[in-house]
Amino acid sequence: MTATEGATPTIVLVGHGMVGQRFLEALAERGMTATHRVVVLCEEPRPAYDRVALTSYFSGRTPEDLSMTDMEFIEKEGIELYVGDPAETIDREAKKVTARSGLVVDYDILVLATGSFPFVPPVPGKDAKGCFVYRTIEDLLAIEEYAGTRTTGAVVGGGLLGLEAAGALKGLGLTSHIVEFAPRLMPVQVDDGGGAALLRTIEEMGLSVHTGVGTQEIVVDEDGAVTGMKLSDGSELATDLVVFSAGVRPRDQLARASGLAVGERGGISVDEQCRTVSDPHVFAIGECALASDGRVYGLVAPGYEQAETAAAAIAADEAEELTFTGADLSTKLKLLGVDVASFGDAHGATEDCLDVVYSDSRAGLYKKLVIGRDGTLLGGILVGDAEAYGTLKAFTGSVPPVSPESLVLPAGAGESTQLGPTALPDDAIICSCNNVRKGTIRGAVTEHNCTTVPEVKKCTKAGTTCGSCVKVLGQLVTAELEASGVVVDKGLCGCFAQTREELYEIVLALHINTYQDLLDRYGREDARGGDGCEICKPAVASIIASLAPTIGADGYVLDGEQATLQDTNDHFLANLQKNGSYSVVPRIPGGEITPEGLIVIGEIARDFGLYTKITGGQRIDMFGARVEQLPLIWTRLVDAGFESGHAYGKSLRTVKSCVGQTWCRYGVQDSVRMAIDLELRYRGLRSPHKLKSAVSGCARECAEAQSKDFGVIATAGGWNLYVGGNGGATPRHADLLAQDLDDAGLIRLIDRFLMFYIRTADRLERTSTWLERIPGGLDHVRDVVVEDSLGICEELETLMTAHVANYRDEWSATINDPEKLARFVSFVNAPDTPDPVVGFVPERDQIKPDLPLLSIGMRPAEDVLEGTAQR
Amino acid sequence: MTLAPETTDLMVQLRLDDGWFTVCDLNVLLPGRGVAALLPDGRQAALFRDRAGRLYAIDNRDPFSGAAVLSRGLTGTHKGRPFVASPLLKQRFDLESGQCLDDEAVRVGTYEVRTA
Ligand code: SRM
Ligand SMILES: Cc1cc2nc3c(=O)[nH]c(=O)nc-3n(C[C@H](O)[C@H](O)[C@H](O)COP(=O)(O)OP(=O)(O)OC[C@H]3O[C@@H](n4cnc5c(N)ncnc54)[C@H](O)[C@@H]3O)c2cc1C
Ligand code: SF4
Ligand code: FES
Repeated sequence: MTATEGATPTIVLVGHGMVGQRFLEALAERGMTATHRVVVLCEEPRPAYDRVALTSYFSGRTPEDLSMTDMEFIEKEGIELYVGDPAETIDREAKKVTARSGLVVDYDILVLATGSFPFVPPVPGKDAKGCFVYRTIEDLLAIEEYAGTRTTGAVVGGGLLGLEAAGALKGLGLTSHIVEFAPRLMPVQVDDGGGAALLRTIEEMGLSVHTGVGTQEIVVDEDGAVTGMKLSDGSELATDLVVFSAGVRPRDQLARASGLAVGERGGISVDEQCRTVSDPHVFAIGECALASDGRVYGLVAPGYEQAETAAAAIAADEAEELTFTGADLSTKLKLLGVDVASFGDAHGATEDCLDVVYSDSRAGLYKKLVIGRDGTLLGGILVGDAEAYGTLKAFTGSVPPVSPESLVLPAGAGESTQLGPTALPDDAIICSCNNVRKGTIRGAVTEHNCTTVPEVKKCTKAGTTCGSCVKVLGQLVTAELEASGVVVDKGLCGCFAQTREELYEIVLALHINTYQDLLDRYGREDARGGDGCEICKPAVASIIASLAPTIGADGYVLDGEQATLQDTNDHFLANLQKNGSYSVVPRIPGGEITPEGLIVIGEIARDFGLYTKITGGQRIDMFGARVEQLPLIWTRLVDAGFESGHAYGKSLRTVKSCVGQTWCRYGVQDSVRMAIDLELRYRGLRSPHKLKSAVSGCARECAEAQSKDFGVIATAGGWNLYVGGNGGATPRHADLLAQDLDDAGLIRLIDRFLMFYIRTADRLERTSTWLERIPGGLDHVRDVVVEDSLGICEELETLMTAHVANYRDEWSATINDPEKLARFVSFVNAPDTPDPVVGFVPERDQIKPDLPLLSIGMRPAEDVLEGTAQR
Repeated sequence: MTLAPETTDLMVQLRLDDGWFTVCDLNVLLPGRGVAALLPDGRQAALFRDRAGRLYAIDNRDPFSGAAVLSRGLTGTHKGRPFVASPLLKQRFDLESGQCLDDEAVRVGTYEVRTA
């Protein structure tokens, strides 16, 4: 079959990866899609996706989230995209490409963007069952499936991708090993000092690193499945799974076969326009190309530049003579939670250059700057803390306005300087993935009237690829707005010009106990008398609830006006799920539960057909309850002695515990009892964000207290209190606030700490970000809550005592109040009718939301009945 | 302001193709909080009452998620116009026009509403 030939000239793109997609966009921008037929042959079973972010699949991003291809764009531009149909041969004489399906396309211009393939060293057993590479979504799916019930994994190669793969294996629950031939990790990016800092941090995370050894053989069992590997030092490593990540090689096979010139070590040879040196009708871009500077670039930014260059050359756009003569190899990564960055001349290859190094092996920090004789910043390496990467990279090639030493010293040590991006020249490159300069970003604000980071991203493309520049981008946008006279408003929202902390002080000082009173007296002029908004209502409701007994409000969140201010979760005292059903989490203090308690939960879940799951917070979550079922479920839970677990509120979640002294041979205190005491003391406490805690019975820390807002670890002499820890998206280890406290001392200190946080934090600010934001940080907090430097400790303790005395279980209050109960219906005019779009389908012997039901809106009547019959 | 149930005999009604459809007692509608109504043809409407006592009704289906939850969102005023924010992913919808304030291309249906 031959695809339709027309008079319109045809451009054929082979390979729809990241660079191929950018090339299509660049063609469209130049109007080329209107004048040309564009045909794309895509080998993978899905169109272009974000390979750089591949690993985020393991943190929950779906293949759909990773997609970079807007099908609307493809259709609008009239691009013919053949998915799952790779090019097999090129006939350059006849200017034809043949695809695997038999499709033959005539081209006027052919663009090769075939990327690379992972290099697998030729060791015996490399093709065994359980050996993988790490390049495509399909690779990931295969690894995930194989990892299933297995326990150990090893990665061959300790470079960038190897570390990423090792992190992914660890994320899959495998004990992970990294085997690297070079004497240090990430040999290309970092030097020995950086490698050492990286090694320590990675080992502390529980990964085993073997450097300076090669893989000699993959050992297999009788079924041909991997059981281990033999290393060059004679040792053997037991493993169920091997991922090869020993570098990539350009995919130039197709080009070779058609007689195009390739480099000695691979790569299709191209000139400065990305035109192949052998054939003016053929271009090569991305990882398959050997650029005119003799290098093959394995990063996406240079590939993007090549895509633009080739598109410009094809459009013969004289106004815009782009050339590609080489690119910057700066990289910043967040590997396994460790920041690693290298930029410019990281290894100090420039003649006569000097180093400035700061290293703190205890903290896993290593920072090196390479400086020229004349003070020019040439490059550098940052391990453990890459905050300054964006600014430093942009200053590369110029003399920074402050001394280089001050740039690598940690904050607070000596005269460290935070060099703001405002000091950068306009031609400094801020986003290297997309080659966007500072001037362009400023222009987006001043000329294109962008006022937010998302707008600037859309307008300039900056920050849309690896994301490492977004922070600097934000600082620039704010600075530019401020400079152009736009006052950057620090107010809570459009209704209040005050910060959350200021509103707290007003409410406390004046005993204001309704939202409307606060809005009408202290809101912005044009917001007074209005209905407020979805941001300030719950925030103010939370302040009023935290201070309820003190300011004369009812602490019950469904009382009077309070009921109208709450997010839906607090309003129904349950967590809203994606299909409009709710989840139910009873409190299980300290994670301790009796067999009877378990049985009651099991019976309720069974009777209402709920999906049950053990949560990460040591309790049990029941999903799939409809609003009208909530009171029925809770009546039974309350009868059995359970109370609300506040999984829905910005309030105390759980205090996890380890089994502790009572059973554990290492325990030195009763961690379970302390966890229960703490959970019962602070339950129901409304706060700016949720609060989590844990108590461990000894320094082995099985309860992970150091990742909590307040964490307690037993010592022989009492308790150590840690604060400001966080799991979640930006994990932070908690800081030690005080040591060897007795029970009463511990509780007094937590009382003060929590109340001080509630008083001064922003809306939705966890203790971790709060601690880093407030002036003086941990030292200031210690001064205030331990040394009482502000003289407010007595007040803080009184506020907490009032909260504890005023606590009532929200659910028992609710099920005893017919007026409140009347709100728990799907329909005000049909209280007994369940919402028909809340339906479920079976999965692994339980239920899950019927999502197709949501997209069609409603099913025919009999289906509705069927869908709900199993409930 | 008073939030105690008022003793009114007023009923809230929606205008459907074939006339006015009675939904509930006015005093069930707390200012700032919505309720959902099931319509005779199986569709769902979300009804709201603002602080000044004005009533609004829009389609209950959140077009971003497909779930019938708009009645459970928080309401507010934006540039003088009343809106509700979806409780799922927080997009806001103008209560008078149904226009989504965060995505020009999206709009939900609206109903005429009165008390009688
Ligand atoms: C159920 C559970 C997952 C599970 O199946 O295990 C869960 C589920 C949710 N988590 Fe979580 N988190 C759960 C444990 C955790 C943990 C682990 C822990 O607590 O030890 C963490 C990391 C620790 C931490 O918070 O620092 C965690 C970090 C988050 C975050 C990120 C917070 C952050 O500071 O970055 C969010 C988002 C947020 O709160 O803004 C979140 C938000 C959510 C929400 C509330 C999202 C939402 O708004 O719908 C989920 C709804 C729960 C529901 O519908 O019932 N969840 N979540 C866990 C409930 C524990 C419990 O018993 O209450
Ligand atoms: C896990 C991982 C993390 C990474 N992290 C980073 C990072 O942080 N920063 C960075 O800059 N880079 C990173 N990279 C590298 C980056 O992904 C590549 O530089 C980029 O994808 C190159 O784009 P490309 O279009 O040249 O190749 P690819 O994205 O590989 O696309 C080539 C496509 O061509 C297809 N193809 C090959 N032959 C044919 C044929 N004959 N017919 C049709 N189609 C064909 C392939 O199937 C593939 O889909 C990472 C890569 C991986 C795997
Ligand atoms: S933290 Fe210590 S006391 Fe608690 S379970 Fe672990 S080893 Fe035992
Ligand atoms: S530097 Fe990667 S997105 Fe800007």
